[in-house]
Amino acid sequence: MLSKRIIACLDVRDGQVVKGVHFEELRAAGDPAALAGRYNAEGIDELVILDITATIETRRARADTVRRVAAELFIPLAVGGGIHSEDDAAAAIDAGADKVSLNTAALADPGLITTLAARYGSQAVVVAIDAKREGDRFAVYARSGRVAADREAVEWAREAERRGAGEILLTSIDRDGTKAGFDCVLTAAVSSAVSIPVVASGGAGGLDDFVDVFTTGRADAALAASIFHNADTNVRALKRHLAAHGIPVRPWS
Amino acid sequence: MIALIDYGAGNLASVRKALGAIGADVMVPSAPADLADVRGIIVPGVGHFGATRALHGEWTDAILAVIGEGRPLLGICLGMQWLFEGSDEAPDCAGLGLLAGRCYRLRGNDVKVPHIGWNTIDIRRQGSIVAGVAPGTQFYFTHSFVAPVSGDTVASTEHGELFASVVERGQVAGVQFHPEKSGEAGLTVLRNFAELAR
Repeated sequence: MLSKRIIACLDVRDGQVVKGVHFEELRAAGDPAALAGRYNAEGIDELVILDITATIETRRARADTVRRVAAELFIPLAVGGGIHSEDDAAAAIDAGADKVSLNTAALADPGLITTLAARYGSQAVVVAIDAKREGDRFAVYARSGRVAADREAVEWAREAERRGAGEILLTSIDRDGTKAGFDCVLTAAVSSAVSIPVVASGGAGGLDDFVDVFTTGRADAALAASIFHNADTNVRALKRHLAAHGIPVRPWS
Repeated sequence: MIALIDYGAGNLASVRKALGAIGADVMVPSAPADLADVRGIIVPGVGHFGATRALHGEWTDAILAVIGEGRPLLGICLGMQWLFEGSDEAPDCAGLGLLAGRCYRLRGNDVKVPHIGWNTIDIRRQGSIVAGVAPGTQFYFTHSFVAPVSGDTVASTEHGELFASVVERGQVAGVQFHPEKSGEAGLTVLRNFAELAR
């Protein structure tokens, strides 16, 4: 039976992981390759590097980070943040990324999904959707949640699938950073509407939040960042908890 | 020396990196004649079965010649499916035909297609390519088409239905999962192949 995936997100700025550095004891874990290595040893199923570097050297800096993280890892690695063109995607994949995650660029030019799927295969193309509840619908936002994209999340996910996306990375803007739990209504709505896997993101606070998103939320994978920086909630403990609740996970060593 | 066949179906970097990590010597042949002296062949690949058309003709002849001399071959994902007679994904594109049967799309019985993520392999009989792999070990899959379970099946996997996840016939082997993305277990599979190709 297919396992539910646990994905760790490394938010990287200028080559350093930026979330979680306020945990005093983990200051040294600000190096993405070191943190990736730790998660890998704990049994993480996949990694996402979300690059929020804001310099003109972005593409080269991102490639360096990806190369360093990918060097010792033999699990899937996705890269997002600042993938605006086919060249950006190619640079990330050449550096060792297995998948690229498109967000704002896909909204601006949905054809980019198809172009990249044709070149690298659908399995390499993740469409990231940032959604916010507005009444009884889920509005899509671009530019890190700052600009309304005039699209509805379920419809956009369907279109992304039709255009060749291999997975949807779905983030609840309402829950992001709140630790109030994933938005299971949003996740279930999108997951039920598409055939491709949906990765839930935003709001992970405790172990039970993951149980909820894999059951009520019908998620195929769940992504979190800061929760894994906390030594009390490592990947191994999470998987043990999920297994105890009858959710299929890849065994931890 | 192991030859990693580049036929434009996905990038080879991760397979190459994993082979490097286990200390195997790898080369990417630029012409079929380069296969003359290799100890084994890996046919990787992700994507559409139609991409295997690039292997028709001289490449197929050279690969069959290597196999004919008893040297081992490992097909990964699309490279494994290519070992069969063909695939519904590209009906007019013939496979290598070393293994009987046709690949077909997962029916998606109450499961999502593509099949993406970590899943177990159920080892049905001994196979040199999965030697040392413990029961219950999971590997990383990403695909929509599958090969049928047959006498060549060493291990099967379930995703709404059973399909062949490891095949072996003589020194020809194939894995539907990605050993280069399956952590230590995946490296074990690649080590087994490198051992066969010594």
